[in-house]
Amino acid sequence: MSPQRQYISGVLAILVSTVVFVIPFIFILLTALKDKKEASLRTFSWPTSFHIWDNLVQVIKARDYMLLTAFVNSTILTVASVALMVVFGAMVGFVLQRRPSIWTSIAGFFVLVGLIMPPAVVPTIWVLQSLGLFKTLHGMILIEVAYGLSFSILLFRAFVATIPRELDEAATIDGAGSLQLFFRIILPLLKPVVVTVIVVQSVAIFNDFTNPLYYLPGKQNVTVQLTLYNFQSMFDTSYNLLFTNVLLITIPPLIVFLFFNRQIVAGMTAGAVKG
Amino acid sequence: MTLATDAAAGRPSVPRRSIRTPYPTWFFLPAAVIYGVLFLFPTLASLFFSMTRWTLFNWTFIGFGNFIQFFNEPFLVGGLINTLIYATLTSGLKVVLGLLFGVLLTSEIWARDYLRSVVFFPVLVSTVGVGITFTVLMHPTEGLINESLALIGVRGPGWLTDPRLALISVALVDVWKGVGLATVIYIAGIVSIPRDYYEAARIDGTNSMQRFWNITLPLARPATVTVVLLSLIGGLRSFDLIWSMTRGGPGFTSDVIASVIYKQYQAGFYGLSTAGNVVLFILVALIIVPLSIFLNSREVSR
Amino acid sequence: MPRSKNWSVLAGFAAGLTVMTALSGSAFADTTTLTFLVPSGEENVARAQSLAKAFEAANPDIKVDIDTRPGGAEGDNLIKTRLATGEMSDVFQYNSGSLFQAINPQQNLVDLSGEPWQADVQDIFKKVVTAPDGTQRGAPIGTGMGGGIYYNKKIYSDLGLQVPKTWAEFMANNAKIKAAGKTPVIQTFKDTWTSQLFVLGDFFNVNVAEPGFATKFTANQAKFATSPAALKGFEHQADVFKAGYLNDDFGAATYDDGLRKLATGEGAHYPMLTFAIGAIKTTYPEHIDDVGFFAMPGDDAAKNGLTVWMPDGLYISGSSEHIDAAKKFAAFVASPAGCEAQTAALGATGPYMVKGCSLPKDVPGAVADLLPYFGENGAASPALEFVSPVKGPSLEQITVEVGSGIRSPADGAALYDEDVKKQAQQLGLPGW
Repeated sequence: MSPQRQYISGVLAILVSTVVFVIPFIFILLTALKDKKEASLRTFSWPTSFHIWDNLVQVIKARDYMLLTAFVNSTILTVASVALMVVFGAMVGFVLQRRPSIWTSIAGFFVLVGLIMPPAVVPTIWVLQSLGLFKTLHGMILIEVAYGLSFSILLFRAFVATIPRELDEAATIDGAGSLQLFFRIILPLLKPVVVTVIVVQSVAIFNDFTNPLYYLPGKQNVTVQLTLYNFQSMFDTSYNLLFTNVLLITIPPLIVFLFFNRQIVAGMTAGAVKG
Repeated sequence: MTLATDAAAGRPSVPRRSIRTPYPTWFFLPAAVIYGVLFLFPTLASLFFSMTRWTLFNWTFIGFGNFIQFFNEPFLVGGLINTLIYATLTSGLKVVLGLLFGVLLTSEIWARDYLRSVVFFPVLVSTVGVGITFTVLMHPTEGLINESLALIGVRGPGWLTDPRLALISVALVDVWKGVGLATVIYIAGIVSIPRDYYEAARIDGTNSMQRFWNITLPLARPATVTVVLLSLIGGLRSFDLIWSMTRGGPGFTSDVIASVIYKQYQAGFYGLSTAGNVVLFILVALIIVPLSIFLNSREVSR
Repeated sequence: MPRSKNWSVLAGFAAGLTVMTALSGSAFADTTTLTFLVPSGEENVARAQSLAKAFEAANPDIKVDIDTRPGGAEGDNLIKTRLATGEMSDVFQYNSGSLFQAINPQQNLVDLSGEPWQADVQDIFKKVVTAPDGTQRGAPIGTGMGGGIYYNKKIYSDLGLQVPKTWAEFMANNAKIKAAGKTPVIQTFKDTWTSQLFVLGDFFNVNVAEPGFATKFTANQAKFATSPAALKGFEHQADVFKAGYLNDDFGAATYDDGLRKLATGEGAHYPMLTFAIGAIKTTYPEHIDDVGFFAMPGDDAAKNGLTVWMPDGLYISGSSEHIDAAKKFAAFVASPAGCEAQTAALGATGPYMVKGCSLPKDVPGAVADLLPYFGENGAASPALEFVSPVKGPSLEQITVEVGSGIRSPADGAALYDEDVKKQAQQLGLPGW
């Protein structure tokens, strides 16, 4: 490509991508800046006066600071379940790839079932109750782990294939047990795919709406997506507050994204596709 | 993501004599317990209830009555067709656009990092948030999209209110939200193609179009397989976005199987909706498993 | 290996968070805390908060903790799930009538027939919270409502229109309103539940034309599609669409858009339940006097009357561990003091179902229009869902289709007949 064509196509791409992908976010931001009357017009315009602070205060204070509780809950939920998912998923992926047997095929089938079959709500609640885990964050964490394992195992298993077996053998000869082998040699080498799993799963769990609605009832247990749902019916005449809320709960994924932006592509390159 | 690579993973193992294998089976245990107790067991239990008329408070066994009822649902046929349209449209567009963006964003384009970020970011935003935003943007008279069209003298359609358009509009938003993931998968696939191939082809005097058809497309095949399978599973099961934007409406015109099932569930027909889940599972499995075997086997024999 | 340090930090962090969650679950030891589940939405929350505040002031040893749930079908589902799993809050607000019957009141709710305050509850309400064994399981929360048509009084007086008693008069008014450049009928199909009024609000007229329709309907002997009177509701829904009387954005407009259009005089008529008065009052207080209300017009001006909706019930979950405190709360809600707390939050929205409750003198115009129907000589009949347990879940989608010209009224009615079949079978009614 000649430098000039490169320049033109670049500018064109920026223009198109800005219109298609950025304008919706600017719309959210602009609406969050406006007051109720102006926001209700739903126009794409510069606010005549700025109310972001009032909006923020109102959204945060609503229903006894529900949003703050929700942020704490969602953070705990996301961090804990992703941590468990990474460790347990990697363990399964590792053995699954290294020891093909009849069990591997059976496990592979269940992994696929987990990917396709929608979960059954009421029997799950019965199980949680009998374990004393219903309405607790611990129970919710385990549920998210159970639902997210399939996807993680698939990623890990594919990536483990790229790690040469000779490494395992060398470590075993050096006297490393299986736990040491896994945690000190294999897991660190899995870093790119771990990053991918962390990003994809933490976004999925942070944005999860249906599961907390059923398994985590109660005001003190609210999660961020549920606040959006509550506010949608509460603020449905107040687009400024609704969009302030959308804006606020989009910030954590944005931070994750800024942190891991480069690693996402790297992780995919290394793990998901080359296999 | 890696259904594509399952075939590659099955490397023949060396039989081992040592008693203490470095790959102990108990590594399965923590995951198996959580998955078995909290997912598999309740799901299997629900299979029983798919054969009952179930109010949650009590149940009566009715055999395959629910399955017969489910196939007689007046909206099921429409939902089935819509599901196939939706899944095909979203996965088709994600493949085409994802490949296009992938090629563009691995070329020496200006502001590449900015573009990569911008395309990927919608993947991270919550479906409910995206649904709310686009419902406002697609409002027939006051929405930004139609107001912009009005500026250039075009009367925009009722994106979500026209029965012929609603499903397609939601599918487009789905593509908007999901194309970033497809793009990243393609970027990864294209980056891993050895540069020498392109050099050799360039020396042979091929143009960029030929290089795309003869090198990029065939060698990015694993990425294509991944994108197709992932977006098909997602498309066939898709529910969140449709529910938050149209609730299957207007009327029943954008209903998909998952939303038909959910409505039965909401209405309290728990046995019926469980039977619907079983049907959906079988449908997805019938489409995905042969497709996955087909795509992967072609890849190996290439 | 340097890596392992990072991992242990991460693991420690996760463990710390887990401990935090364990600590945050502790409860108050001295006072009893009642959990109170209400549908989300500004009015419901405001009412619940006002009730809780007044109740806590009178009973300092009991604290009421309000929790919200989605409304509509999603809420039905949540209620059933939580009752079936024994995880219901101590007290909760939920529909009376057919939806009440669908939650197995006998098995799940505390029997309130023996409570002293039942003597003050109107019989018409007692009927709709009576379980199959003849016991009352609920207290009234909120006010009685009418299902009919709101109208903008300014438009009516500007154009010199009279409140219509028959469908023909209604359509004649619409023609004049349209000629004057206003929207005659507001429809808001984005919130699908708002589309059902032409059908559900017509039940008074159905009952006049075919007395005993409800009983026959429950016994699978009468159908919407084959009963000319019952079919009328679907036909009316199609009439206003075919005549081009709807607002341009009827498919995308929300309930709140509808209230705005009505209050500000963008549109003349909005078929709706009268609980909307509360929302109009809080959102458009300057327009509250411009809004009036009349019953769904029928065929015969002499026999016109109102289809009424009973208020929600307040129920006590059978799994509650604080039944005594919960009963105190129910007694408070069903007392004049409870009515006052509700009026304080929302103003007067309709008649209370408790004897001794009074409304302030300066009620909004639409409420004043509503009250005569409930009076001694009023013509009113409960909606079908209060006299028959059979209610199909898909009516709102069907009326959207009929009201958008996607489906003919006859087809819509037939589809609805098919839709109720499942519900009747689920309830185990004889004859289905």
